[in-house]
Amino acid sequence: MQINENGEFRPTIVAFCCNWCSYAGADLAGSSRASYPADVKIIRVPCSCRVNPMFILRAFERGADGVILCGCHPGDCHYSTGNYYARRRMTMLFGMLDYLGIEKERTRVEWVSAAEGAKFSATMNEFVSAVKELGPNRKLRDLRCKN
Amino acid sequence: MEVNELQKIGVFVCWCGSNIAGTVDVAKVAETLKNEPGVVFSTDYQYMCSEAGQLIIKNAIKDNGLTGIVVCSCSPRMHEATFRKTAEAAGLNPYMVEIANVREQCSWIHKDMEEGTEKAIILGRSAVAKLNLNTPLIAGENPVTKRALVIGGGIAGIQTALDIADAGFEVDIVEKKQTIGGKMAQLDKTFPTLDCAACILTPKMVDASANDKITLYTYSEVDNVSGFVGNFTVDIRKKARYINTDVCTGCGACTEKCPSRKTPNEFNMGLDTRSAIFIPFAQAIPNIPSIDKNACLHFKTGKCGICQKTCGVNAIDFEQEDEIVTREYGAIVAATGFNPIKVDKFDEFQYSQSPDVVTSLELERIMNAAGPTKGKLVRPSDHKHPTDMVFIQCVGSRGESCREKGYCSKICCMYTAKHAMLIRDKYPDVNVHVFYIDVRTPGKNFDEFYRRAVEEYGVDYIKGMVGKVSTRSNGRLLVQGSDLLANEQLLLETDMVVLATAIEPDESVKDLATMLTASIDTNNFLTEAHAKLRPVESPTAGVFLSGVCQGPKDIPETVAQAGAAASKVIGLLCKDKLIANPCVAKSEELLCSGCSVCANVCPYGAITYEEKEVNDHGVRETRRLAQVNSAVCQGCGACTVACPSGAMDLQGFSTRQIMAEVDAICK
Amino acid sequence: MQKLRDEIVAKCKALLEDGTVDRVIGWEKGLFDYDCSPATFTKENIDELVYNEYCGSNLSKYLVKESKAEGNVAVLLKPCDTYSLNELLLEHRVKKEKIFVLGIPCGGMKDEKGELLMKCNTCKGNEHKIADEVMDSDLTVPEARDRFELVEKLDGMTPEERFAFWQGELSKCIRCNACRNVCPACTCLKCVFDNHASGIDSKANADSFEEKMFHIIRAFHVAGRCTDCGECSRVCPQGIPLHLFNRKYIKEINELYGEYQAGETEDSRPPLANFTKEDAEPSVIYEKGRD
Repeated sequence: MQINENGEFRPTIVAFCCNWCSYAGADLAGSSRASYPADVKIIRVPCSCRVNPMFILRAFERGADGVILCGCHPGDCHYSTGNYYARRRMTMLFGMLDYLGIEKERTRVEWVSAAEGAKFSATMNEFVSAVKELGPNRKLRDLRCKN
Repeated sequence: MEVNELQKIGVFVCWCGSNIAGTVDVAKVAETLKNEPGVVFSTDYQYMCSEAGQLIIKNAIKDNGLTGIVVCSCSPRMHEATFRKTAEAAGLNPYMVEIANVREQCSWIHKDMEEGTEKAIILGRSAVAKLNLNTPLIAGENPVTKRALVIGGGIAGIQTALDIADAGFEVDIVEKKQTIGGKMAQLDKTFPTLDCAACILTPKMVDASANDKITLYTYSEVDNVSGFVGNFTVDIRKKARYINTDVCTGCGACTEKCPSRKTPNEFNMGLDTRSAIFIPFAQAIPNIPSIDKNACLHFKTGKCGICQKTCGVNAIDFEQEDEIVTREYGAIVAATGFNPIKVDKFDEFQYSQSPDVVTSLELERIMNAAGPTKGKLVRPSDHKHPTDMVFIQCVGSRGESCREKGYCSKICCMYTAKHAMLIRDKYPDVNVHVFYIDVRTPGKNFDEFYRRAVEEYGVDYIKGMVGKVSTRSNGRLLVQGSDLLANEQLLLETDMVVLATAIEPDESVKDLATMLTASIDTNNFLTEAHAKLRPVESPTAGVFLSGVCQGPKDIPETVAQAGAAASKVIGLLCKDKLIANPCVAKSEELLCSGCSVCANVCPYGAITYEEKEVNDHGVRETRRLAQVNSAVCQGCGACTVACPSGAMDLQGFSTRQIMAEVDAICK
Repeated sequence: MQKLRDEIVAKCKALLEDGTVDRVIGWEKGLFDYDCSPATFTKENIDELVYNEYCGSNLSKYLVKESKAEGNVAVLLKPCDTYSLNELLLEHRVKKEKIFVLGIPCGGMKDEKGELLMKCNTCKGNEHKIADEVMDSDLTVPEARDRFELVEKLDGMTPEERFAFWQGELSKCIRCNACRNVCPACTCLKCVFDNHASGIDSKANADSFEEKMFHIIRAFHVAGRCTDCGECSRVCPQGIPLHLFNRKYIKEINELYGEYQAGETEDSRPPLANFTKEDAEPSVIYEKGRD
């Protein structure tokens, strides 16, 4: 999280993208100059099923305001079944975060194919503004990691 | 942040002309990243991927004794391979390279210089944090067994085997029936050229059997498959024919003398009968009989044995048992083909009640000169010449109910046009009506062919479906259908009804898919690795697809796919060694509890379990431990998250590396 | 109960005498009547074995260690405990050939205040899911209440109320690891929280987040494997209702992926190591509570 000189809240957003579809979709968003806020930082993973709930919790602990996981559309996984596992795992994790009273809007899963550059950009724009609306993540932060 | 103190990292920031430098202050990025832990060298240059740029990297590696490099440039999908080669050329392990994507995912999407620079620094920092935890990875090598297995001996399997053998590789065909040839051997003529199926198929069957690179295992099934790409081990069950195939001459005397002659003849779709000892058809390969144990009097009563007495070379062996042959292969091709669906659930068409309602494949046998009627078109019930025939399309295809298939069987429109045309050509007195939903003729010369059936041969095409077929008291059939174009109900009296039955993958494919760890879709068709770009490969490395087992297709398409599968096999068998991707899962033995959850989620069957002795800080014991076969693992990482203890990790994308990236971004 | 206890001891003696087993895992009496603890018995001390309404602890986890040791071992399992054993067998954590399961009847267990244990309020019934032999008895199990009552109550609160509830509960956590140590699903040789290489190792909660992280991850690791034996809450010295985490997952799994009871059989596939192509999207979570 960051507050700039105008007092505007600039969220920190971590986006996990699978190498085969979503990371390529993000590249396509770039080559088609479909802009989205610089608040989004992408981490490349081989498959959405590589994303451990620990990574997401860790991001929040260290001060992320939103975490989004992007993978191939169900049925299109490069490894055929990875995103199916990711889908169950993330559904379970998000349900638990919600149960703990943590804003569920801070976490999201989106399926973005390598052809969906425009969708990638639109998704990020929308997610960033949703997180901005929520304001800084206070519930999950490690308070030692203050800016 | 964790810092590997032995790491000496170099950072190279690319301008990409103005592509990056236009929105990112590259000098500032290079300067700032110089202060990151582990970084001992940092610079920027106009085009890092150019020869001059690569030289800067190589020199910096040598001059500064770098252990790893971070290149802040375009997407790793673009130049990761380039920079890995550069690093390797300078003596670095190619996996000690990380790319920070500051073009596609930074400069190209952000307009503000300050914002772009700040983000580029964070992305670079994240790459440095990851690289601090990189370890050199060495790609493994595995030898390739230069022999292929083709499962299924229809036209798909035969063509695949012939093409592989033609390239000089040994290839075995396993066919579960007594002869190769498959469905094509049962066909009469083929669309759209109307050449006879046997005339074009049987020479290929002979070629396959005569080719010294091809070994045929007929009346055999695959029992077990283990191993991985380049190194499969397969158990083939040669079912007992009760014939010593080494001495049998195929004279056929035994089949003539056999007193048990009441078994429905499968090759003729049960339209006539065969003996208990039989050769499926005259051109069968191998042309050797086998005994049907369920029909043979010797097996049923212990008596008879006439065939044994008849045989001049003493080839009959009632004591014969199944034999298991174990062979090794580098590649496997599934070519298991199809069957028409069973139509007994379609009661409205009277298939089970009236012998004059037949499927299209049955009609093929009726029309075939070697078939039960010697090619003469007759009503099966009384062998009289028909004057009216009704064809019903899409029986079981394109439906929504549980008895139907959701897909289009693709070949029925064309073979129905073929049947209609052949009948009108040979018997102009027969009126032919075809009920259809759509006529689908996308193929070379297909639509022309269909139009000839309508325009030249006067086949009556009626758009609409048939609701009911019933038997009249005069022995003829009454077809009730609708004509959607004329918007009227039709009642047609006819002699025969032919059902264009949907086709479905052969039953055996389900077990086979399990054995091969290949996947099947909801219709039991084998799934391709990529629907567009890898249509003849299965998701499992070294397993390829040929023919209708992958999806409905006609003969030319099947042959084309067979050739494509063969070329993929040849491409694999040409290699002496396979280089494995080193970014694969690895289990830390001392952390593994042996719970099997990783093996449960592995899509490739790459994880096995072994009882192994470990020394856990002085405690020696035998434990059940996960073992990853690095040649089979594709590196998806599903196991790493399933594993609760964190024993399973992914090389190149390890838990700590990803956490380090997270930390760097969120700092 | 005393008669049943005597029959159990007699049976155990017979098993020890005829060499079927070398040890028996059961309960021994502690300082107070309500204080029955798991213990291993041999021929020498089998008479010290007790079985009364304070034997709530689930002994199945002890088999992980005991079935590795020399010789065979018998274990006394109440009906609900057998679910945990099935799960351990499924995960190859117990060597089946080395154990003898003596299914013992249960009429509901009590805590030190003499009240029915939380898990007994939602009793799984009197059927032993796995046993080599089941002892006869006329004990009847307590009537089961709806186990998701509290989960539903929490689900019905506003996020702020839920956050306050859990913040209040979890801030009591002293990371004593009792929940982890007693849990039959937590049988990793080395826990991720003890392993430096995992990147999340920690011995104590240094801040308000880490206490949540520990319990979220622990619940996630046992999701689909937890038999809802309730031991975690029973042993928590701080009285944190930890079972509410597990029940949340159980409820969610039942609703989204079909009814699933871990440990029902010896060869089921845990829901998080499984999928269907038609599974709900994670966004199902956002849609909840909006109607």
